[in-house]
Amino acid sequence: MQIHSRSPRREVEEKLRFLGAAESQQQQKKGGGDGGDDGGEKGAGGQKLAKKGEELKEEMDSLIDEIDEVLEENAEEFVKNYVQRGGQ
Amino acid sequence: MAIPKVMGTEIEYGITVKNDRDFDPISSCVLLVNSYREESTAKILWDYDQENPLADARGFQVEGEKYTPNQQENIARNKTLANGARYYVDHAHPEYSCPEVTNARDLVIHEKAGERIVEQSRREANRVLPPGTQMLIYKNNSDRKGNSYGSHENYLMDRRTSFKQIVEHLMPFFVTRQIYSGAGKVGSENRAHPCEYQLSQRADFFETEVALDTMVKRPIINTRDEPHADREKYRRLHVIVGDANMSEFTIWLRNGLTALVLAMIEDGAVDRDLSFRDPVRAIKEISHDATCRREVEMQNGRRRTAIQVQQEYLDMARRYVATREVAPEFKDLILEWERVLGALERDPMELSGEIDWIIKRALIEAFMERKGVDWGSPQVQMLDLQYHDLRPDKGLYYVLERQGRVKRVVTDEEIERAVLHPPEDTRAYFRGGCLRRYGAQVFGVNWDSISFGIGDEPIKRVMMVEPLKGSKQHVEELFNSSPTAAELVRNLRS
Repeated sequence: MQIHSRSPRREVEEKLRFLGAAESQQQQKKGGGDGGDDGGEKGAGGQKLAKKGEELKEEMDSLIDEIDEVLEENAEEFVKNYVQRGGQ
Repeated sequence: MAIPKVMGTEIEYGITVKNDRDFDPISSCVLLVNSYREESTAKILWDYDQENPLADARGFQVEGEKYTPNQQENIARNKTLANGARYYVDHAHPEYSCPEVTNARDLVIHEKAGERIVEQSRREANRVLPPGTQMLIYKNNSDRKGNSYGSHENYLMDRRTSFKQIVEHLMPFFVTRQIYSGAGKVGSENRAHPCEYQLSQRADFFETEVALDTMVKRPIINTRDEPHADREKYRRLHVIVGDANMSEFTIWLRNGLTALVLAMIEDGAVDRDLSFRDPVRAIKEISHDATCRREVEMQNGRRRTAIQVQQEYLDMARRYVATREVAPEFKDLILEWERVLGALERDPMELSGEIDWIIKRALIEAFMERKGVDWGSPQVQMLDLQYHDLRPDKGLYYVLERQGRVKRVVTDEEIERAVLHPPEDTRAYFRGGCLRRYGAQVFGVNWDSISFGIGDEPIKRVMMVEPLKGSKQHVEELFNSSPTAAELVRNLRS
C-alpha cells in the first residue's frame, strides 16, 4: 500500500468528490466532524471514516487498474504520431 | 421579446489510423463517412447553391473563392441523414452537424447521437482496412502540436439585434464560460505560456477578438453571416470559441447558458459593462488557471475572476427570468449555474463528476498519484487524448460513464432514438421525413432547402426559411397524404 503524506481525512474527501457522491460526502462530514482522525484516538465516526476511506481507496485502485488496461500501449510513440491537419 | 433559440452543433473529429505509415486523413475521412450505411440517403447532393460562408455579419462580403465540389465528389463527401443531420468531410476531418433543436437538452441528445454514428461508421470502416491497422477517432480539438479543429455552436438570433450589441455583451461571457465548459488539456501550445494543465482545448488558439476567419487568426467572436434561414428576420450566431465536450452535463450547460445569455441580449437584459481590457489575453489567462481564482484586468481598471464575471451574468439572468415568460429550461439552467459557480468558488474538484475539464483532471491526478508520474509523462498525455476516444470500451470518458462516475442528463434510449429520428419541433423533422420517405427522389439538401428530382421533370426546390416550420405538428398530415414525392410536391403547391 502506498503511503500518503496528506491527512487521511483530506484523502477521503478528495476520493468522495471524484466519485461524484454528494450524499456520502455529507455523511462523511457528519461522521468525521468532531476530529480524532488525524492520528489521535479514534471515535466511532473516525473508524467509520477510515473504513469508508479504505473502500474508496480500493475503488480508486480498481478504476486506475481498468484505465491501465485500456490505455494505449506505447503511449509515447502514439502521442508523438498523433498529428492532425488544422481544421476550422 | 427574444426569439426561440433554435440551435445546433458542428463537431469536427480528430482522426488517425494506427500502424499506418501512409495515413492520409482525407481518404480516411471519405472512407469513414461512406461507411455509414443509411439506404435512403446514399446518393443525395449537398446543395452548395445555398451557401455563403463569406458574408460578414458586420455588413460586407469578403472576397474569396466559394468551394463547390463536382457532383461525384459532393456525394462522396456529404451524407444527409434521416435524423436531419449532415455527416461529411470538412477539409481533413470528419464532421457531424446535428439537426436543429429548440433546447439544450435535445442538443445533448443529438450531439451524443452524432458520437454513436461516427463510432458506428468507424467500426464499419475498420473492416476494410489492412490487418494490424485500426482507425481511431477523437472528439477533441487539438493534437497538442499546434493544430486545432473546431466544434462550433449555432444559435438563431433576431436580425434586429445589432451585431455590435451582440459583440459587446457576449465577449465577457465567452471569455469566461470555459470555467464550466472547457474540455481540459494537458500543457499549452501555439506559442502560449507553458502550463501543466488548462481548462480549455481551444483557448491557446484565439488570436483576435472579432473576425470572419475560422482557421487562421481565430476570433473569439466569429462574424460569419450565413443564417440558413430568412435573412431579413434572422441571423445565425456561429460560435467557434467552444470545446468538444464529452460530459452531457457540460454540453447542456454550455449550450443552455449561451442560449439564455443570447435571449437576454435580444431583450436588452445585459446592461452591465463587464468588458475585459484585453479579451484575447484574458481567455488564455483564465484557461491557464485551474484554481479559477486568477483576477483578470477589466476595461475599467478593476480586476475580476472569471467566476465573478459569470456571477454578474447569473445575477442579470435571475432578474430576467423573474419578470417574463421564458423557456422552461432556463429556470433549471439558472439553478445549476448557481450551484456550479458556488462549487467552483469553493473548490473546482467538487465538480469532478460533472464538468469535463475537472473530470479529466481528477482522473489524471488519481493516475499520477498511483503511478508516481508527472504532467510531462507520455501516459498522462495519452490519458488526455484517450478521454475523447470514441470507442465505447477504450474511451476513458465512456469508462467513467459506465461506472456511474459522471453525471448524466439524458438516457441511452433517447440517444439511440436520435441516431435514426429527427427532432420533432423544427424543420429537421421535414428534412429527415423526406429522406426517409422519398429518399430516392431527393436530389439535394441544404439546411434551408430540399430539392426533388422526379422523373424527367426539372428539379423542384422546396425552401425552408423558417427553422421552426416543418415540425411534426406542421407536416405530419402532409406526409400522410403524400405517399410519393410527386404527390408531396403537388400537395405543397396547392
